Amino acid sequence: MAVTDAPKIITTRFDVADGHTLAGYERTGGYAALRTALGRAPADVLAEVKAANIQGRGGAGFPAGVKWGFLPPDVHPRYLVVNGDESEPGTYKDRLLMERDPHQLIEGVLISSYAVEAKQAFIYVRGEMAHAQERLAAALNEAYAAGLVGRDIAGSGWSMDVVLHWGAGAYIVGEETALIESLEGRRGMPRLKPPFFPAAKGLYMQPTIVNNVETLANVPWIVSNGGAAFAALGTEESAGMRIFALSGHVRRPGVYEVEMGKTTFRDLIEAPIYGGGIRNGGTLKAFIPGGASAPWFYEEHLDLPLSKPSVDKAGSMLGSGAIVVMDHTTDAVKACARVVRFFAHESCGKCTPCREGTTWLHQILQRILAGDGRPSDLELLMDVCDNISPGIAWPPKQTTICPLGPSAVSPIASALVRFRSEFEAYIANGRHAAAVPVEVGARG
Amino acid sequence: MADPLEVVTTVSITIDGRPVEARPGELLIAAAERAGTYIPRFCYHPRMEPVGMCRMCIVEVDTGRGPALQPSCMIPVAEGMAVSTESDVTKKAQDGVLEFLLINHPLDCPVCDKGGECPLQDQTLAFGPGESRFVEEKRHYEKPIPLSGLVSMDRERCILCDRCTRFAKDVAGDPLITFIGRGNETQVNTFPDDPFSSYFSGNTVQICPVGALLAKPYRFKARPWDLDQVESTCTACSVGCRMAVQSSTNRLVRHLGIDVDPVNWGWLCDKGRFDFEAVNAEERLGAPLMRKDEELVEVSWSEALTEVAERLAGASERHGAGSLAVLGGARLANEDAYAWSKLARTVLGTDNVDAQLGDGLPAEVVLGLPRATIDAACQAGTVVLLTPDIKEELPVLYLRLRDAVVSKGLRLIELSPTATGLTGLAAASLRYRPGEAAQVMRSLLAGGDGGAGDGSDDALREAAAILGDGPIVCVLGRPSLAESADSVVAAAGALLEARPGTTFLSALRRGNVHGALDMGLAPGVLPGRVSLHDAREWFTSSWGSLPDTQGLDAAGTLTAAAEGRIQGLVLLGADPLGDFPDRDLARRGIAGAGFVVAIDAFLTESSRQADVVLPAATFGERGGTTTNIEGRISRLSAKVTAPGSARADWMIAVELASRMGSDLGVESVDDLWDEIERVAPSHLGLTRTVLQSLDGADGVLAGPADDVGTAGAPPTMSQADEPGVSAAAAQGQDHLPGNVQTEEAVLGAGAAGGALGSEAVTEAFNADADTADYADGASEEAGGGEEAAVAAAAGAAEDDDAVVGEPSGGGTEGGAGPSRPPAIRFTAAGASGGPPPVDSYSLRLVSGRKLYDAGTFVSHAPSLVTLAPGANLRVNPADLDRLGVTTGTRVRVTSSRTSLVLVADADLGVPKGTAGLWFNQPGQGAADLIDVRGPVTDVRVETLGAGAGHVSARGGGS
Repeated sequence: MAVTDAPKIITTRFDVADGHTLAGYERTGGYAALRTALGRAPADVLAEVKAANIQGRGGAGFPAGVKWGFLPPDVHPRYLVVNGDESEPGTYKDRLLMERDPHQLIEGVLISSYAVEAKQAFIYVRGEMAHAQERLAAALNEAYAAGLVGRDIAGSGWSMDVVLHWGAGAYIVGEETALIESLEGRRGMPRLKPPFFPAAKGLYMQPTIVNNVETLANVPWIVSNGGAAFAALGTEESAGMRIFALSGHVRRPGVYEVEMGKTTFRDLIEAPIYGGGIRNGGTLKAFIPGGASAPWFYEEHLDLPLSKPSVDKAGSMLGSGAIVVMDHTTDAVKACARVVRFFAHESCGKCTPCREGTTWLHQILQRILAGDGRPSDLELLMDVCDNISPGIAWPPKQTTICPLGPSAVSPIASALVRFRSEFEAYIANGRHAAAVPVEVGARG
Repeated sequence: MADPLEVVTTVSITIDGRPVEARPGELLIAAAERAGTYIPRFCYHPRMEPVGMCRMCIVEVDTGRGPALQPSCMIPVAEGMAVSTESDVTKKAQDGVLEFLLINHPLDCPVCDKGGECPLQDQTLAFGPGESRFVEEKRHYEKPIPLSGLVSMDRERCILCDRCTRFAKDVAGDPLITFIGRGNETQVNTFPDDPFSSYFSGNTVQICPVGALLAKPYRFKARPWDLDQVESTCTACSVGCRMAVQSSTNRLVRHLGIDVDPVNWGWLCDKGRFDFEAVNAEERLGAPLMRKDEELVEVSWSEALTEVAERLAGASERHGAGSLAVLGGARLANEDAYAWSKLARTVLGTDNVDAQLGDGLPAEVVLGLPRATIDAACQAGTVVLLTPDIKEELPVLYLRLRDAVVSKGLRLIELSPTATGLTGLAAASLRYRPGEAAQVMRSLLAGGDGGAGDGSDDALREAAAILGDGPIVCVLGRPSLAESADSVVAAAGALLEARPGTTFLSALRRGNVHGALDMGLAPGVLPGRVSLHDAREWFTSSWGSLPDTQGLDAAGTLTAAAEGRIQGLVLLGADPLGDFPDRDLARRGIAGAGFVVAIDAFLTESSRQADVVLPAATFGERGGTTTNIEGRISRLSAKVTAPGSARADWMIAVELASRMGSDLGVESVDDLWDEIERVAPSHLGLTRTVLQSLDGADGVLAGPADDVGTAGAPPTMSQADEPGVSAAAAQGQDHLPGNVQTEEAVLGAGAAGGALGSEAVTEAFNADADTADYADGASEEAGGGEEAAVAAAAGAAEDDDAVVGEPSGGGTEGGAGPSRPPAIRFTAAGASGGPPPVDSYSLRLVSGRKLYDAGTFVSHAPSLVTLAPGANLRVNPADLDRLGVTTGTRVRVTSSRTSLVLVADADLGVPKGTAGLWFNQPGQGAADLIDVRGPVTDVRVETLGAGAGHVSARGGGS
């Protein structure tokens, strides 16, 4: 394994100063794919994307082309919804795509809508992402003015509209049915599947495709270069390039586009052009491979390739492509409590186990951290986890509608199994085991 | 693959290894319950869309891909589905959910209204863990905060099941409470400064699975194990909602809606739910009053009745029987109304009787039009509304129509003088100027041509297109008390003529007005929906002599009284000064009547003018039956004793007859019903056995076989083939109300299913009803054995002929009696002459009622009395502009009767050229302005002069 020399697909304009403008985008080849697509039949375009075998980049990793095929034929109107509510701790790849290359997303949306014959698309952007919102809005205005969106796009006869919508700050809206609820003007709370599979009963109860920003940003390249070219990148099971948001205790945190299946976690964390290794010459304690809801990985997982099947098989997920690295100075109990706090805070309040359980978990962890833990608390933590996610298995089972509640279970299950002694030290001594004291200036 | 042509009638599933036949599309939780397996639940409610929110009902379901936990309230049954409600995984998950629900629940059960009848308590006991492992600080909120004047919210107890919020949004259409905040800090609350002022707010208290929602009138009043209850029928309006009436220490403390399919689905309006406060009021009359030296003083019954008998007999002797009149009776039970109808005709000898007070429609119209049921209206496809505001006057009918529009695609076409609560739901809403209903109806029926010509033609054509050619149900009432009934009657006639298949649902509102009309409390009408003319021979055989000519209606009686031609006036629970549309005429009538006796539960404005006042028992204090807008007869039950020596109206009739030398021949409510069943042609066959049967629990439709319903055969809905379930599964939820509720009942529901428990409850109710008869003073045996009753009812249900046959040998002449008289039939009235043109300076008055008004019960219910909105003149903003005043300004309003100063409010729902004024609000108002001599009432509105008119206290407008 090594750093591959595969071509970058969606981060090519990250360093182009005016890449976010229409002029900069078109100068670097933008909107050529749209014209190509509009010259072909929608079914051909759909087949091209299907051939690319691109897996959804939002977290679940479902093949986009297959998802598009779920739309019931001849039911209109139908909608394309872009999930830009990127909120998982450690995940910030979509934000950069929207900030630095908004036209690429718009072009992907136009092509994809054409392929599935949706006459209206909605781009839902997380409420806190002001810069991304400004860049997208400016780009969409430019595109409308240039005749690339709206009536008779680029003289092709195809017409469609793109609507921008800003979220109001709820993480749960990243769940696709909650996003649809929010888009319809209601509280962002998930709908039960079945019956509310978006492809059948989505936005306004019409067939709806919900795709992640990164997924759609790949579509122009796929149309220009062919689905086969995309599928040739990476491995058969994990095709193409993918961007990862690397954060935590590494020298060079950032967003990196790497070839799927051929790059390993070790490459990403240690290669000089990527993470550059653990900061301050420290050692790895643990890392989260795919966003805060993913079970933690450790040293022994470093050489796993970045591919869905291998990570799934090892008991975690690539999820939203957020890799959070923890070095030896990390307090596992605190890290665990911090992640659980996020999920407790972001529970929408609909399902009892998630609403009550995640907060309870956080309360117990806080009590342990405050030195008031009891030996029975460890068993209690696991049992509360079990009542949210029966069996604490992977992939998780759930007593809830959506996976948010079970997401809070992952860090506890990970930390408590691997670093049980740290929990016991808090309970016994009221403080961290402090096997490795944090050195002064270590965070500098 | 199954043959696509094969009709699948059942779905085979297994529940805990037991094969169960479910209905296609049925939710698993419901299928399991029918099969006797009670799956615990909080958010699921059979009358609302499931949300799968509380997660209590998760069970392991295997559809071929291995067992997985699924919410049984959200998944429909599927062939071959294997369900485990008792597996370790299911039990662990349910335990977990209960523990989660309890960790922040305050467990203040000892001071909680719900303690003892609480689904959270019961299900924790039945399904939950023994103790909690939660040692953290519980979530704290301010203890109950008012959501409105009637309902408070204890957010600490709330388990966020979405029942109340779903009810408010989806059932009532008043989305005034909602989830606020998120996660662990989610709470149910109102929007800031926007109270939960829904007419249906009390239902949320009833369906709350914990004690989070609290009704002010019940809070801390009783504990469930202190409650006694009977099943009865609400008479706050004429929809006839079935409800459980609960008492503690001989005082009414709570009403709970009972889920019956044909009528109220478990819902009640807040007026019906909370007006029991009036029954308990201090102001109730407990002893007869007689005027001595200008003062009403307490006297004995003997003295009072002797006085009444002598004065009425004397008046009759000196001035003829035609100088006697009886007004009112629409608040009485059927049996009371019958007794008074018989007393008036056979003892007083007068046909001057009218249960309506000039505020309804002519009796022959109400009785003569082909009838529809509520279900028929909701399933009709198209309903034409020519009514007052249904939301204000018949609130639960509003809920039913709303549901039909929202979920079944019912098309409403509304003809009304102003916007109503249903306007927003109507497919077409046509405004007509008061007095012109018939013209607009004819234009509609003619396809929309020849309309008013003021630009409304397009709306008419659109409405005509919506009307289509299919069958129509018309809901018919009196849209405004400021216009005569003539044009409404003419409109109905035009509709029936153009569309002969049309059926009608009455929108007359007063409690038992339909029963009173059925019992002949209207001039020219005798019991059983027959005319005095046609039925003279029939009734002579059982009643003896009858008045020679048709008498006067309420307006005629009051006019005659004002002219000195009425010497004895009986006010039978009637308050003409409050309810008759023309207060000036009512005042002169009462003043002009030689002798006035009022039979009432309260001193009203009118009864204060009486010479003798006799105290009457009222709702909850007397048994009998009542009849709703459909003609559905259902039972009333006595639960508490009347104050002092107040007694049922029928007893007063019997005793008065006795003092006048006659014998009505009845000694109990049951005697009266037996006689009604024998002599009233529309009620033949509706024996007590039928009414007391399980099928009769939802009420039984009266009427000849060619009408919509046949007696003894309640219309079939989804649950009609399960007698008892709908009747006694009170509230349609997990629970039976009141003291019937025991742990065994809840636990037993899981083991034995609903029907068995329901029967037991029904029996309990029957037993209570029998006790009720004793409370009336009747020494009757309890009704026949239950088995016989059920068998007889079943027979009646299957055999229509048995219901409408000849009199069952009850008459004095045995088998050779007269032939059955024909039912009254509506004949289209002649074309209405049309109202006089409105002059350009006047506004045409529209007056309908609000749910809360100055009526007797609302006035004496402390929780409701403040809810009457008051009588402001509602005017189109354009007309206000023309007057040069802003909303909230006082103006002078002048009609042919009088001149009043009222506050004018801008209201876009009132068309230009008309003015709205709610009827019978506290203080002076519509009745002072309305002149019943004309077809409409026009008012002149003028400013009071510079600076004199503005009122800052109300209506804003500064």
